[in-house]
Amino acid sequence: MAADTSESLPNPLGLLAELTHRCPLGCPYCSNPLALDPPRSELDTPTWARVFEEAAALGVLQVHLSGGEPGARRDLVEVTAAAHSAGLYTNLITSAVGITAKTLDRLAAAGLDHVQISIQDSEQKSADHIAGYDGAAARKRALAGEVVKLGLPLTVNVVVHRANIGRIETMVELALSLGASRVEIAHVQYYGWALKNRARLMPSREQVEQAMRQVETLRQKHHGRIVIDAVVPDYYARYPKPCVGGWGRRSLNVTPAGRVLPCHAAETIPGLEFWTVREHSLDEIWRNSPAFMAFRGTAWMQEPCRSCARHDIDFGGCRCQAFALTGDARATDPVCHLAPNHDDVVALTAVQDDAPYDYRRL
Amino acid sequence: MSEASPPIANDARPRLPRGVRLVHNEAQGGWVLLAPERVFKADAIAAEIVKRCTGTQTLSAIVDDLAKIFSAPRERVLADVTALLRGLADKKLLEL
Repeated sequence: MAADTSESLPNPLGLLAELTHRCPLGCPYCSNPLALDPPRSELDTPTWARVFEEAAALGVLQVHLSGGEPGARRDLVEVTAAAHSAGLYTNLITSAVGITAKTLDRLAAAGLDHVQISIQDSEQKSADHIAGYDGAAARKRALAGEVVKLGLPLTVNVVVHRANIGRIETMVELALSLGASRVEIAHVQYYGWALKNRARLMPSREQVEQAMRQVETLRQKHHGRIVIDAVVPDYYARYPKPCVGGWGRRSLNVTPAGRVLPCHAAETIPGLEFWTVREHSLDEIWRNSPAFMAFRGTAWMQEPCRSCARHDIDFGGCRCQAFALTGDARATDPVCHLAPNHDDVVALTAVQDDAPYDYRRL
Repeated sequence: MSEASPPIANDARPRLPRGVRLVHNEAQGGWVLLAPERVFKADAIAAEIVKRCTGTQTLSAIVDDLAKIFSAPRERVLADVTALLRGLADKKLLEL
C-alpha cells in the first residue's frame, strides 16, 4: 500500500499482551474497548507462549502483560515464564487487586523484570471511589511493598483527571514512599470508557497548566530519586502525540481473544480488517495484515499533515482520535492546532458535568 | 557531551540495578539497554562502558581498561564515562 514503507519495514519493540478483559476494578477511564472480550474467548497458555516466541523472532524486546487485570488469569505465572524464556523483558501492568504476595513471589522466580501498579488517588477514599472498589487503595499499597521487598523495580502509574489533578504532589510523594523508582503522570486519554465519561473527567485549562508547572517543580525537587514521566493532556496540547510511536512502526497489541491491533483503540475505526494469532503468525500480521498497512508511513495523509514538516515526528497524531472526533480516520488529529477541526476540541474541553461515573464493567 | 557532570568516586563500583539490562539484538541493529517500560539504543562505545558496570570493577579500573582498548587519553575517557554514567544514574538506570 504505502510505497514509502515497503523497503524498510521497522521491527516492533514492544508487545502489549492483553491477557484478559476481566478486572475487579471499574475505573471510568479504562482504556479497554466498550465491547469487552468474554472470558471464554481468551487465548490459552500455549498460544500465548507461541505468540511470545514469534514476537521475539520479530525483534520485540519488551512484553507488557496487561488486561483487564492480568492477575485474573490462573496461568499468569506460566504465561510470564513463557515470555521470559522467549527472551523478552517482562513487565506486569496490574491494578494489584487479585495478585497475592505468594503469586508475586512465583512471578519473580519465573523471570518477571518489572511491575507497574496503578493508583487512583493519594486519598484512599477518593481512590476507592474512582476505582469503584472498596479497599482497593490499601491493597495496592500492600502489594507495592511486596514488590519492593522482592527487589523488583516498581513504577507507579497515576491516571490524572478532574477529581485528582489537584493532588499531583501528594501522589508523587506516595509513589516515593512506596519505593517506586519511576512514576507516570498519565493524563486521561479519551478513548473507550474515558470517552464515555469525558465530561466527568475533563479538567480545566487552569488546572492542567498548574499541573504541568507542578510536575516541573517535582522533577527538580526529586531529581535522581524518582523518574517522573508525564505527557501533556491531549486536548490541551498544541501538537498531537506521536500515537504508539507511529502506526505499525514500534508496537503491537494482542487482545484477549487474539486479534492483533496496531493500538489498543484501533477497533473503534470502522472498516479495518484485523488478523488473529489463531490464523496467522505474528510476522505475517505485522507485515501484511490490512489493519497494520492502513496507516503505515505517510502516503495516507491529507493536508495539513501531508506537507507538514512534523509529519515524521508525530505521524498526524492518533488515528482513533481523528475518527472519534471528526468521523474520518485519515484526518489530522484535531488536537493539533493546525487541524481544521481544532475548534471542536477547544469546545469539548468546556463540556464538563458532575454526573456519577459510568463505571467500566464486563 | 556535558562538561559539568559532577565527579564520581574512583572506587565506586557502578552496576545496573535489577530490571535494567544490556542486550545485543540483531533485529534492532545492535546493543540496547532494556529498562522499565523504556528501551535505549546504545552505540558501540556506550555498550563497552555499560558492559563493565557489573558492580565488581571500580570506576578507575573501568577507565584504565577503556583508555587502553581505545588508545585514548585517560582524562578524556574519564570525562566521557562520567557523563554517561551520571546520565544513566539520573534516569535510575545505574547504581553508583
